[in-house]
Amino acid sequence: MIIPLGHILIFAAALFVIGIYGTLVRRNIIGILLSIELILNAANVNLVAFSRSTSLEPATGQIFAIFVITLAAATAVVGLAIVLALFRTRKTILTDEMDLLKW
Amino acid sequence: MEYLDQLFVFAKRLMLDLLARFLPDWIVLVASMVISIVAILIFAPLTMMYLTLLERKVVGRIQNRIGPNRVGKFGLLQPIADGIKMLTKEDIVPFQADPVLHFLAPVIIVMPALLIFAVIPFGRGMTAVDLNIGILYFIAVSSISTIAIFMASWGSRNKFSLLGGMRTVAQMISYEVPMVLSVVPVILVAETLSTNAIIEAQSAGWFVWTPWGLAGFLIFFLCAVAECNRSPFDIPEAESEIVAGFHTEYSGIKFALFYMAEFISVFAVSALAVTLFLGGWKGPWLPSWLWFLLKAYALIGVMFWFRGTLPRFRVDQLMGLAWKFLLPLALINIFVVGFWYFSPGLWKWVGSLGILGPSFWIFTKLNRSYVPENRVYRLAEDENNETVGA
Amino acid sequence: MGAISTNNRVGSAILHGRNCVPTLKDVMAFLETLIKIAVYAVMAVTIVAAIGVVTLHNLFHSALALVGVLLGIAGVYLALQADFLAGIQVLIYVGAVMTLVIYAIMLTQRLGDKNIPQTNRQGFAAAIVTLLLLYLLIGTVCRTPWLANPPARHIPASALDLGQALMTTYVFPFEAISVILIAALIGAIVIAKKEREP
Repeated sequence: MIIPLGHILIFAAALFVIGIYGTLVRRNIIGILLSIELILNAANVNLVAFSRSTSLEPATGQIFAIFVITLAAATAVVGLAIVLALFRTRKTILTDEMDLLKW
Repeated sequence: MEYLDQLFVFAKRLMLDLLARFLPDWIVLVASMVISIVAILIFAPLTMMYLTLLERKVVGRIQNRIGPNRVGKFGLLQPIADGIKMLTKEDIVPFQADPVLHFLAPVIIVMPALLIFAVIPFGRGMTAVDLNIGILYFIAVSSISTIAIFMASWGSRNKFSLLGGMRTVAQMISYEVPMVLSVVPVILVAETLSTNAIIEAQSAGWFVWTPWGLAGFLIFFLCAVAECNRSPFDIPEAESEIVAGFHTEYSGIKFALFYMAEFISVFAVSALAVTLFLGGWKGPWLPSWLWFLLKAYALIGVMFWFRGTLPRFRVDQLMGLAWKFLLPLALINIFVVGFWYFSPGLWKWVGSLGILGPSFWIFTKLNRSYVPENRVYRLAEDENNETVGA
Repeated sequence: MGAISTNNRVGSAILHGRNCVPTLKDVMAFLETLIKIAVYAVMAVTIVAAIGVVTLHNLFHSALALVGVLLGIAGVYLALQADFLAGIQVLIYVGAVMTLVIYAIMLTQRLGDKNIPQTNRQGFAAAIVTLLLLYLLIGTVCRTPWLANPPARHIPASALDLGQALMTTYVFPFEAISVILIAALIGAIVIAKKEREP
């Protein structure tokens, strides 16, 4: 492999952490969704890097990455449908304004 | 003959040989890449310029006009005059626009259009990069252009741009699905994703001469026309409804870039259709690259013909065609190619025609045209309507 | 003697004591360094774009930054010789998922609301926690002795390998994913559908 495994893992860790920060900080549901995509991608990079350098079967990690991509697509579709439904009924997509169940 | 066929390949090799006399190997290696890139960068805008002229001529003939004939013989210098006009026009950015997006969108939309050319096999041994995932690369890269259209429509801060952008993206997403599915049979039979290998797999006969190939070709071509936002699928830029769609607020060189991207992708999808279904550069007598260009330009001619003759779709008709007709047909086509692959002799033909024909008939029957009910505009007829007149 | 004076093409070959033209190996080594630099540059740009995703005020801009991140990650996949996956990444993420997300952004953002704060007031705490997490992760990565792979086994998995594995070893997860996709499709339609007027 051209790039040492450790460097790619650190890269993925940085992406993951940035994604976590985004999910914690964003108010907008779509912003949170974007951050979750970041986290999933960090995981994907790790899967591919590990399968490339340590696994006997280089295909394994890639297949799991494909599964993750598919799941991310499904998440995005359902999540955005929920966002649209919310926007239609509540006229907002900011998480801290959706406090209907709080009292 | 052989020489003529490999003209461009020889030319490149000659240049590299010349360079290798003076320069170290790695420069030659870089030069061989640079030559391919430069060739594409020259070919693509040139194609675009003369496609505009060709389109105006062809559509002019269809409409019983002559078309541009003032600048140069047969208007041959018209594209250059147009280019100068575009370059010297004022570049207007709307006051409320998002300047970064407004600037980046035309730049980004040209990039995928040019990148696509890397995998197009223009002739025997004339693919810039023979990727082993060529088709996937093509589809993936061309899907980036939706993002650029989004940027243009959002960045302009104009309601027509926004509407046009929404329409474009809805259309491009819808038509991408049957387009990709119509490519699947070819990949299944050729057992490869590389464009060159797909052409090699058509040595025995073009894929279009098989039932699944014909169906796939028609689906692919219709979707390709839609992906380029060309008439009759030009809902996104319907000038009578939303001015010019996502590029309403663009002028000068930026507008020219959008125009260029459109025409380059027209050429690119035609080239891909030729590669996938019409045997690519294969053909008797003539040099391979000439065959390729001839076939591609024939398809482009059909697109111009569409534009000259067909009226524009309504939005619901457009979506209905993609989701209710092309998509199920493409899925059935994948099944048919499996049948074709595993059954012997004459059964292939009987079986696949037996599946495809009835399903085509059923889908046309199911997709009977829907006529929206007559809308009553109350303000327009206030004489009969007391509620408004008061 | 003559060989050196006429053959001033590549210093490295002479340094190595070989008075010959640069071999394919030298060229490949040169290209490898180039690719290495390119990959690190891509990684750096990706990280910057990722920071943009979570900090940019305009949600549309942050979605575009995410597009940049996804393209950068596709580049990293290419460097890891997973070219099929890179294509899939661009096709599905950039072409489909991001388009959907941007569509949703355009539907839900009104053109005027520039002044609504996009982040809550936990920014500082979140930054500290995530930096600690990053420190932990990097520490773990650096301390773990990763097994280096013997170079003989470096055969990149082609699309054919992936397809075969998907249809044999992983056929059950594959089917499960298909069911999930169908469920998500139907669910999305049901949720986003307008409720019928009573």
